[in-house]
Amino acid sequence: MPETPAFQFVDLRQQHEVAQLGMWVFLATEVLFFGGLILGYSVYRFMYPEGFADAARHTQIAIGSANTAILLTSSFFVAWAVSIVRLGADRVAAILLAAAAALGCVFLVLKGIEYKVEYDEHLVPGYFFTFGGPNATSAWLFFSFYFVATAIHALHVAIGIMVLIFIALKARCGAYSARYHAPVTVAGLYWHFVDLVWVFLFALIYLPGRTS
Amino acid sequence: MTERNYLTEDTRIISWLFTTDHKRIAILFFAAITLFFFVGGAAATMIRLELVSPQGRFVTSDVYNRLFTIHGVVMVWFFLIPSIPSTLGNFIVPLMIGARDLAFPRLNLTSFYLFMLGGCVTLYAVFAGGVDTGWTFYAPFSTMYSNGHVVLAAVGVFIAGFSSILTGLNFIVTIHRLRAPGLTWYRLPLFLWSLYATSVILVLATPVLAMTLLLVALDRVFGVGIFDPDRGGDPLLFQHLFWFYSHPAVYIMILPGMGVVSELVAVFSRKAVFGYKFVAWSAIAIAVVGFFVWGHHMFVSGQSVFAGLVFSFMSFIVAVPSAIKVFNWTATLHKGWVRFDAPMLYALAFIGLFTMGGLTGLFLACLAYDVYVTDTYFVIAHFHYIMVGGMVTAYFGGLHYWWPKITGRMYPEYWARAAAILIFFGFNLTFFPQFILGVLGMPRRYHVYPPEFQVWHVLSSAGASILAIAYLLPLFYLIWSMFYGARAPANPWGATGLEWLTPSPPPKHNFETTPAVTRPPYEYTLGGEARPQNA
Repeated sequence: MPETPAFQFVDLRQQHEVAQLGMWVFLATEVLFFGGLILGYSVYRFMYPEGFADAARHTQIAIGSANTAILLTSSFFVAWAVSIVRLGADRVAAILLAAAAALGCVFLVLKGIEYKVEYDEHLVPGYFFTFGGPNATSAWLFFSFYFVATAIHALHVAIGIMVLIFIALKARCGAYSARYHAPVTVAGLYWHFVDLVWVFLFALIYLPGRTS
Repeated sequence: MTERNYLTEDTRIISWLFTTDHKRIAILFFAAITLFFFVGGAAATMIRLELVSPQGRFVTSDVYNRLFTIHGVVMVWFFLIPSIPSTLGNFIVPLMIGARDLAFPRLNLTSFYLFMLGGCVTLYAVFAGGVDTGWTFYAPFSTMYSNGHVVLAAVGVFIAGFSSILTGLNFIVTIHRLRAPGLTWYRLPLFLWSLYATSVILVLATPVLAMTLLLVALDRVFGVGIFDPDRGGDPLLFQHLFWFYSHPAVYIMILPGMGVVSELVAVFSRKAVFGYKFVAWSAIAIAVVGFFVWGHHMFVSGQSVFAGLVFSFMSFIVAVPSAIKVFNWTATLHKGWVRFDAPMLYALAFIGLFTMGGLTGLFLACLAYDVYVTDTYFVIAHFHYIMVGGMVTAYFGGLHYWWPKITGRMYPEYWARAAAILIFFGFNLTFFPQFILGVLGMPRRYHVYPPEFQVWHVLSSAGASILAIAYLLPLFYLIWSMFYGARAPANPWGATGLEWLTPSPPPKHNFETTPAVTRPPYEYTLGGEARPQNA
């Protein structure tokens, strides 16, 4: 399978192009998926600027920042793996991908700890939600968006981790070579996207109301 | 006759259920959407039956709400949106571009099973008691007050949405990357341009619907309050998000039909489509501009007058590429050797009915007039002229046109023409009175109405019964033709596309050798001889 193209393709080059374009189109879908959510967030942040700033000050910026650094580093490893597998260093690529997957797991653990902190502080919208001051209503909305957005993102991270582990294992077994490495590139694209979404979420969730 | 083809390659059931052959998956989709068409049709039948009498004799208001919701949900998401792309598109796209399959055959099968899963969940919601929100799921009714199975239905549509996305993704990649040598963009048959434009909408609009329905479900189950005014949320946000998907989705429900009609008009008038590039780019223009007109569904929602003006203006703009298509089809017919085979009858019906639907769309794009007819039968009649008069007619036209290729058998011409004519008359009798009802002030979604409207409702229901019979006819004669129809030659219509180079039905991998394309589509000599694209 690795060295011969699937029956619908003329050659490996075409297969590689198809795989990449397919992932780009899928990412376009994902952009609009998150876009709908971010639009909703933006509308309410525009309607309740003070409430959203107040609520955002209650997020765990230390954990959020650490997670941003972790995901960016993992993306770096993936980019490294993608460029190195083209040179034929598939075993090294496997280690790099595994490292990226491990960082993804650390991200999820930290996210879980963050959720626990927010649960203890009664910031989960629901019966026990408490938020002092005049901004309780808009804080509820903020945290609704916060939990929906980060949970959907965490789901993407979890899927990404599984994909990276799968690709890393295949790379370790020598499935990829300088000639055939489309799955590594495609998995890399997906992981970078998940990382990029987080960069947006980080700015939207943790940074409002932190200046001045 | 002993030649092996995709139908006889492996006849076990299991080989059908796990097939990755685009042609077999198309057949699976045919079976599935035919089922859904009759489910949605049954609900429509009960609606028309109910509306014969002004007092609302047969069903209660609550049941009536559930009926029109089933009709809308099933027809929109489980028939119209997959109708041409997932069936005819799935079958024809690889053949038309000279490929052995779509770019992602397994994803294609996944798309089918997601569709079936979504369909089953939705049908379960229907049989477990139904949904009463209308197909639009407007908040806060859907999130707070409705006592129907909103979450189940939303989940069903959500899942089916991913099926649409995968099909769209597959088409985009296939059309970009798997074209036969020599098949440049301007040599693509117009059906492919239409499907390309459709796929762009599928890929970019559907995820927004997915997110919107997810938020509705979360609002309903956990009370996250994003559309709840009590919690500071805004129900209008729902309408914006919903129509950001659903207006482009309206073009998902017409662009593929336009593509089919472009093929039919060329073949049956033995002429190249007039102004090929304009017809091609108008499909793209409709897809792009279609993303910026959603606010015309919200003229009376309290959006700003300025927003209303902009959306009204943009809605008028969409009429330009649509009109280009109609004029160019008409110009193609001019001095052509027009043949009135059944597919052409459908194509001609499409042009007329789509024009009616399009022109009344302009009425609705006018702010002042729209305020007058908002939520009346005028709107119902308008979009049925587009979706049923347009898309369903084109679907039947395309189905008859490619039937010989799909099954290897000719359909019975006499019956097919009779059905086409019957559909045209039945359709007009059903929906033209609804324009009048709308102007007279009959609101949509009511099953009790003042007695003076009865005559129009009775006419409409009479038309619906003709339409029902007309839609059942093809079911019988097409199935009959699968067994007893005359054997079809490779190119029964003398068409130019690559799909006609293969035997009917095609072998498993379509082409022995990849054809090399040297010509644009639709080249006919003055004597009406076809010049195939590879000649």
